[in-house]
Formats: sequence, structure tokens, C-alpha cells
Amino acid sequence: MKGELSVTGTAQSIEGPLLTLRRNVNAGLNEAVDIVSDDGRERLGRIVSLDRDAMVVEVLETTAGLELASVRVRMRGEPLMFQLGRGLLGRVLDGVGRPADGGPPVAAEVERRIDGTPINPAERALPRDFIETGVSSIDLMNSLVRGQKLPVFSGGGLPHDRLAIEIATNARLRSGEGGQFAIVFAGIGVSHDTAAAFREAMEETGALGHTVMFLNLASDSSTQRILTPRYALTAAEYLAFDCGYDVLVVMTEMTNYCEALREVSASHGEIPSRKGYPGYLYSDLATLYERAGCLEGRAGTVTQVPILTMPADDISHPIPDLTGYITEGQIVLDRELDHKGVYPPVGVLPSLSRLMDKGTGEGFTHADHTSLAHQLFASYAKAQRTRVLASVVGRSGLTEIDRRYLDFADRFEERFVTQEGRRTLEESMDAGWEVLRVLPAGELMRLSAEQIARNIDVAAPDAAQSMAAPGSVS
Amino acid sequence: MSKADIRWAGGPLIHARPEGVFAIGEAVAVGERELLGEVIRVSRERIVAQVYGDTTGLRPGDRVEGSGRPLSVRLGPHLLGNIFDGLLQPLGAPFEKLGDFRFKPLVEKGASLGPGARIAETGSEHRPLWLLVPPDLSGTVERIDREGAVALDKPVCIVRDEKGAEHELSLIESWPVRTLRPAQRRLAVDTPMITGQRILDSLFPVARGGRAAIPGGFGTGKTVLQETLAKWCDADIIIYVGCGERGNEMAEVLNEFPQLTDPRTGRPLMERTVIIANTSNMPVAAREASIYTAVTVGEWFRDQGLHVALMADSTSRWAEALREVSGRLGELPAEAGYPAYLSSRLAEFYERAARVETLGGTEGSLTLIGAVSPPAGDFSEPVTSHTKRYVRSFWGLDRERAQARFYPAIHPLQSYSEDADAFAAWWAHNGNADWPSHRRRLLKLLEEQARLERMARIVGKDALPPAQQLAINAAELVNETILRQSAYSPVDRFCSPARQTRMIRLVIRVIELGETALAAGVAPSLVADLPVMRTIKRLGEEVGEDNPAGFDALEREVEAAFSRLMRGEGDEG
Repeated sequence: MKGELSVTGTAQSIEGPLLTLRRNVNAGLNEAVDIVSDDGRERLGRIVSLDRDAMVVEVLETTAGLELASVRVRMRGEPLMFQLGRGLLGRVLDGVGRPADGGPPVAAEVERRIDGTPINPAERALPRDFIETGVSSIDLMNSLVRGQKLPVFSGGGLPHDRLAIEIATNARLRSGEGGQFAIVFAGIGVSHDTAAAFREAMEETGALGHTVMFLNLASDSSTQRILTPRYALTAAEYLAFDCGYDVLVVMTEMTNYCEALREVSASHGEIPSRKGYPGYLYSDLATLYERAGCLEGRAGTVTQVPILTMPADDISHPIPDLTGYITEGQIVLDRELDHKGVYPPVGVLPSLSRLMDKGTGEGFTHADHTSLAHQLFASYAKAQRTRVLASVVGRSGLTEIDRRYLDFADRFEERFVTQEGRRTLEESMDAGWEVLRVLPAGELMRLSAEQIARNIDVAAPDAAQSMAAPGSVS
Repeated sequence: MSKADIRWAGGPLIHARPEGVFAIGEAVAVGERELLGEVIRVSRERIVAQVYGDTTGLRPGDRVEGSGRPLSVRLGPHLLGNIFDGLLQPLGAPFEKLGDFRFKPLVEKGASLGPGARIAETGSEHRPLWLLVPPDLSGTVERIDREGAVALDKPVCIVRDEKGAEHELSLIESWPVRTLRPAQRRLAVDTPMITGQRILDSLFPVARGGRAAIPGGFGTGKTVLQETLAKWCDADIIIYVGCGERGNEMAEVLNEFPQLTDPRTGRPLMERTVIIANTSNMPVAAREASIYTAVTVGEWFRDQGLHVALMADSTSRWAEALREVSGRLGELPAEAGYPAYLSSRLAEFYERAARVETLGGTEGSLTLIGAVSPPAGDFSEPVTSHTKRYVRSFWGLDRERAQARFYPAIHPLQSYSEDADAFAAWWAHNGNADWPSHRRRLLKLLEEQARLERMARIVGKDALPPAQQLAINAAELVNETILRQSAYSPVDRFCSPARQTRMIRLVIRVIELGETALAAGVAPSLVADLPVMRTIKRLGEEVGEDNPAGFDALEREVEAAFSRLMRGEGDEG
């Protein structure tokens, strides 16, 4: 902290989170300030616009209790910074990076701007190392790779937290080489019990020692929510690119973040865009999501798994829509599968991993990985269309082949998507071949004759046996 | 130069009090860090400028310095094979380290030259480029350097104009980004740009010098399609502009292109490519400019007498940048918060696509292909609907196809090409005089499929008459064989016009044989179950380029299978 310049008695007005001051000090755009009220309580703020006579400060914590006469504003003379050190691991911090576990402050080794700086695309390395999460519908069909940003699109009441915890604790690189994993958890406007559940899970699996948690609880200031992911990502970048960890960042819930952004935008009097969200929602989300990646010649990586709940399960709502345009795919949780008791309820068709073709197949995972995934997608898509048809004309109105597709869809959901405990990629692939045996080989257009001979036909006697099963169920 | 004093700063905009004259569009240096900015409003008391950099730390009282010139970019032989930001600053090696370039004079002292005339050869041996007289200059050569390797900004030639003023020229030409580069005249479009993608070349072609749009919701494969076009289309120069898109995608292009070779020249694809990256986390004002920068670069290569294809991914992010700046200026919004001038800006952009006779008398073209990212995949939103009015080829991506991993997910019923009729002569000249009738036949079949499937949804497929069942199977064959094409398959990612023709002929022959069989009383299911069908549906994978024997063999197999079927014999494949 450079300046200790502070001013008193210059406050003109407080409207929502915005504090207008008479401008009698030389401060610049985006610089951080501390707002100190009469009772000595300090609040963080930053300068959002300036003219010759006045400056507007966005107060990042609640403005309740502030009054004009006595408020003192301390200029930091620099944008918001975060002091970082290896001691972060194992700690629980509040939404703006202050210890929240009763422990001592973290010993600082470096200081970084929380906004980060755009990564020069010419310095990025291509993300292509497959991460095995242990979830078949992700590993086999929507693979996560190191340096990717792959959000989970969920809905209220769906088990996204459980899935995120499992991914965070099970994730491993197949190569066995590579650095250690570290986990950065950013709870944005989360409830106490979500925060507690996550923490307990981390303790149980012994992962807490390499985890940093940032908690902005639902009861905390909503303006502060805008900062929480930025503090978390600054920590992630430090752990990755300075300390060489493979960092997995779990951010939940991005919907709360966007709500906070809307709230602040409205208080600025900005012209709203779709559903009242600011016109720069895309740009703003991009400044967060784009902070994932790998750098040429550096050891660590930042992989993001942001979680958001789609309001009213609507994937076309601005939050999931704009997120989907920035991130490299999405894992969509499906309420219908959840009702059927399928866990994890991953709706594989709307899910996607854009980097999958870069990190799977020959030389990366398994030579047949990509073809098998494409075949499962094609067959399940056709099976879903057949289900729609069957709902109108009934099972008896279908052709023999179409009935096989119905059986395939059930079996795919029951035996492939549904799983207990983690599966290795090989186990996932075996489950994939096994469900495909319901269909006649002539339908498997995405597989070469050789792949069919090697993987589908080998276990033919066994397949014939199990093929009777779904038929008798339905 | 004029100066000004910052009075207000917020987001990417500043207001300043001018001392001296500023022009709209003038480039300015803002603050201590001399951030690049552009004047967008002027009045006696106030100028408004947008800043192409991080405005953190700017404050009232900071200085703004005018340049007296419009916002310009530096064009030259260094562009090929490199990556730049939205204002053409190199993102890889800095400008000074780009090295020396070949310089081989073509004229002598005293030569009298008009605009666009060739002065010297530069660029590489494989892709020669020329130092041309700038469009606004003509005169006599006063001095010219000898052949050799020269630095980019070294003056190599002096031209004296009619008024006696001397102009120093280097390999770099500076040109204002928002100004159209002139040409002698526009030429009619009559040649398709071959993309190597069957659904495009055979059903919805785009012209050299044409303009196309690829709208699609997220995850429908816009970027993969743009990259595929950038890799395999038959343009001389590719300009790939990532406008507000992912940094990893740019890294991917940078990583992949040097390793791929152009199927026509055998040279690395990177040698013909210019990448302009303004990723989504870079300043929003620069995103707005990057589209104009890219078109200016495209026109510069066009003026070299080359065929240029420009891929813009995505024009929606550019429109959003317009919206953001407009909102901050307090302009009255029109549809969905976009400024009222959105439509005219889009028109201006697409109008710069052209096939021309250049000032130097050669032929060049600039083809524009813009991706559009409609919110929620809704094609009725302003950017898509306005774009639709200005493009000639429209390639609508479909979510359902994408979810079934049916790529490219271009929906044949939502897409169109207004230029298709103009290409019949080209196809006739290139081995397929039946192209118009083939195209119509395939489109009609796909149209009919949609109608029949609606009906099948009500009565069940088995209840349809055999002729209609056959039509559905035929359309599925067209989808699987012709329309589906994997961008990742080394065999099928590029399909030459000759192979496209053979594939289509084969598919149409199969359909005709099916119809004959039906007329003879053979059930459609027996036709669909022929083992040879599996090979045909995987035709793109099974029979690659330069394998006419493979097609001959398959054609014989088809004929044999059908004649066995007609004789009522079992088929053992």
C-alpha cells in the first residue's frame, strides 16, 4: 500500500452501493479505497468514474450505517491487490481474501492485481492433457482437459454440489506425470450449509491441505460477490503459474455473481440489456472464464469448473447462454434423469466438451475413445427421437429396429450414465461397448468394421444373453 | 499537434477539453501511458474518445495528444503467418524483431507509375507479394534501392507526384482502418469459392468475392466450421479474426496451422494465414475496431491481385461492442439495446466483400464469412436478422444435429445460397454438367423428408406407403453420405469437387435403383438392409481422394447387389 492519503467530509451522497465524493485528491480510475465509518469499520471500494469535481466510489460491502459527515475515505493509489503466498493452501478466506478460519494472515510472497491481465493468445499452450474425473458421461463423452473451462449447468435442487465435490476429489491425470493438483473453491453467495458440506467433504478425503476456500456467503454483501471470483482466480493463477500446481477452480454459483452484477449495474443507472442484465455481461464473464488455460513453457495450469443454476431450467436464459458462448463446452444436468434416480444426472446430448477432440483418441487416451463417444451420441440422439415417436404411436407402432433403440436408451441411462463410485476410462469404455451391443451392428455408422469386430462382436454370446434383459423389462 | 485535458473518465471512454482541432476518427494518445484512442465525438467544449487499452489509473487532468491522422494500421509482407491484436500490433515477436524482407525492384529511376502499379517484389518465394504505388498516389520514381533484404520500415523508394512533392515508400503501407480501399471496378461473381465441404460446395455454395453468414447457438460448431473453411478453402490468403472469442481457440489455430499443408500448394497453411486475435478478455473498444482492421487487411491483399477469404468469429461480439460503447454514450437504443445504426454498420461491413479489377489491373477478391452467435440460438434476434439481409449465402446451424454430433450441423432447410445458379457453368467446366439438377434433386428430397417425418410421427413409419418409406431412407442416405463430413478425419476433412461429384452420382444412382426395385415390388426395408449400404453411408471415410478405382468397384458392387435383389436372391454381401 503506497498512499495513506485520506479525506473526510467530502461525501456528497450515498445511493445504493455508490458513494459520491467531492474530488479534492488526485486519484485515478479503478483505484481502490477504504471507506471508514464512525465506528471504525472499514469497507472496500473502488473508483468507477471521475470528473473534475466529483468522483464516484462503488462500495463493495454494505453501505448500511454510513453517514455523509463522518465518513473517511482512504486512497490506496492502486487498483485492488491481493497478497499471495504458499500459505494459502489449507486456508478458508472470506469473499475478499481475508482469513475467515480464525488463523493468522497469510504470509505474502507476491502481490497481484485481482483483475489479472489478459493472457496473450500467442503465449498460450494448447490444453490437451486428459483429466480423468471418474464420471463416465464426462470422461468418455465430454472429456475435461487440463486448462479447460467446463461449467456445470444445473437447476435448483439438482445434485451439482455433490458432482463438483466428486470431480474435485477424484480428478487425476492419466499420464501419472505432471504436477500436483490444488483446488481453489470460490463460494459466491452460497448458503452456510453448502459451504460446510464442501469443507467437510474436503476434510474427509484429506484434500483440504491442498485446497483454498473463498467464501462469500449468502448473507454477505452482494456487491462483494463481484470480487470473490476475482480473488479466487488470482490465487489460482499464483498457485499455477508461480508454484506449478495444476489448479482446479470450482466456482459456485455463477448465477449469484450475475445477479450481483445486475444489481450494481442498475444502481449505476446503466441501460439494461436482456432480462435487465447489463449489456457487458458477456465481456464481464469473459474476464473471469478466460483466466483458465496453460502457458507455453510454464508448469502449472488453471482448469475451471464453474457451476450455475439455470433460472427455471432454461438454458436460453442470458446467464447460461452467454456462459456457453465463452466456455469450452458445458455439462448439463437433467431434471428428468434425476427424477428417474439416475446419478449423476448428466444430460449427455446438450452437454459438450469442445476440447475433447484435442485430448482424446490415439496417443492421448485410447484409439477408439472418440469413435465410441460419437457412436454413443448418435445412437442416443436417435433413441431420444424414437422415444418422442413412441409417445405418440406407442411401442407397437414402431419398427423392430426402433424398438431396439428404445431398449438402448433405457440401458444407456441405467448402466452407462448411472454409476456408483468412480470408474476408470477403461471401465467407462467397457460400459459403453456393452450398451451398444443392444443395437444391430448395421446401425453403428460411426464405427469402422474393424472397431465393431474388435469391441462389439468379441463378447457376442454374452451380449445375446444380456440383450434379453431390457426387452423383458419393457 | 492538438492537445486536450481529460475532464471525465469511466469505462473505456474519456471526455476531454480540447485545445486545438480534433477530427472525428482521429487517433489520439491518452494519459501518461500514451494509450491509443480514437475520437468519436467532437464539440467546441468537449471531445469524446474511446480508449483501446486498460484505462485503470486515468484521471481528470491527464493529457490527450492528437495525431492529426485517422486511426490507421500498418500493412505489409510481415502480416502472413503471424498473429496480431485488433489494431494490428504483433502479439508474437515485436514489430522491430520481425526481421528483414526480400526486396527486388521491378522498375527503374524515372519510371512513371499510376496508383496500384508494381514497384518491387517482396514476400516469400512461394507467396510473392508486391510493393505497390498507394491508391492515392501517382508520379515518377525519383530513387529506388537495389535488390536485397530490407527492414520493414526502411524507405526503399521515393516517388515524386505531379505537384513535385516527394513521397518516401517502405514495405509498410499505413491505411486508415475505417476507409474503403479503392479498386478499378467491381466484377460479377461467377466462380464458387471451393471449401472442400460437400454441403457447402454442392448445396449452398459461396462465391469468390461473396459473403456468407454462419449463425448458430453455442455448441453448434460455428468455430470448427470457420476453422475448417480457413484450412481447406481454395483462397490464396486467409484472414482469421477472432473477435471477442476464446484465447484457447487462437492458440489452437497457432498450433495447428503450421503443421497442416494446403492441399493445393503443399505448403504449410500458416504461410497463407493472418490471425487477428481480440479475445473476449481484451478491451471492448479494440474489439469494435478489429473487424475493420481485418477487412482493411483483406482489401490490401486483394489489391495484390489475390483471392482472400476472411473469417470473422463472431460478428455478434462486435455488435455487442457497438452496443456497449453506444450505451455508455447514452445513445437511444433500438432493438434489444443495440444502437439504431447496427443495421447500416453491418451493411457497410458486408458490402466490402467484392471481386474486383484492382487499380493495378489484376483480378482480386475478398470473400467475407461471418459467424453470428444469436442469443439462445434464436435467428430472429437483431444481429442475425439484419445479417440475413446483407449476405448471399446463409448457413444456419442446428442444435439438434449438433447434439447428435452430426457435423457440420448445417440445417439444409434453413440454409440458402442466392448465387448457386451462377455456378452451373463453372461446374460444367469442372466435370459435372448435371450439377444444377443434382442439387435440386437433393434439396427436394430433404424437403420431402421433413414433411414425411412429420407424418410418420402421427401414423408411425410402418404405416407409410412403401414409396414414402423409400423416400425417407433415401433422404437419410443423403444426410449420412453427403451432408455429414468429419472435420477431424484425415480422409474426409477435405473433399475435392471431383470426389463430391462421384459421391453424389453414386448416391443418386442408389436412389434410382431403389425406386426401380420398389416398382418391381421389392420392399424398401430389403433395400435399406443391403450390406453395401453400410459402405455407402460411410463413403466419405471409405473412399478418399484420388481413388477413382474405389468408386468404380463400389459402383459395380451396388449394381450387382441390386440385380441380385431384383432376382429375389439372398445377398451375402
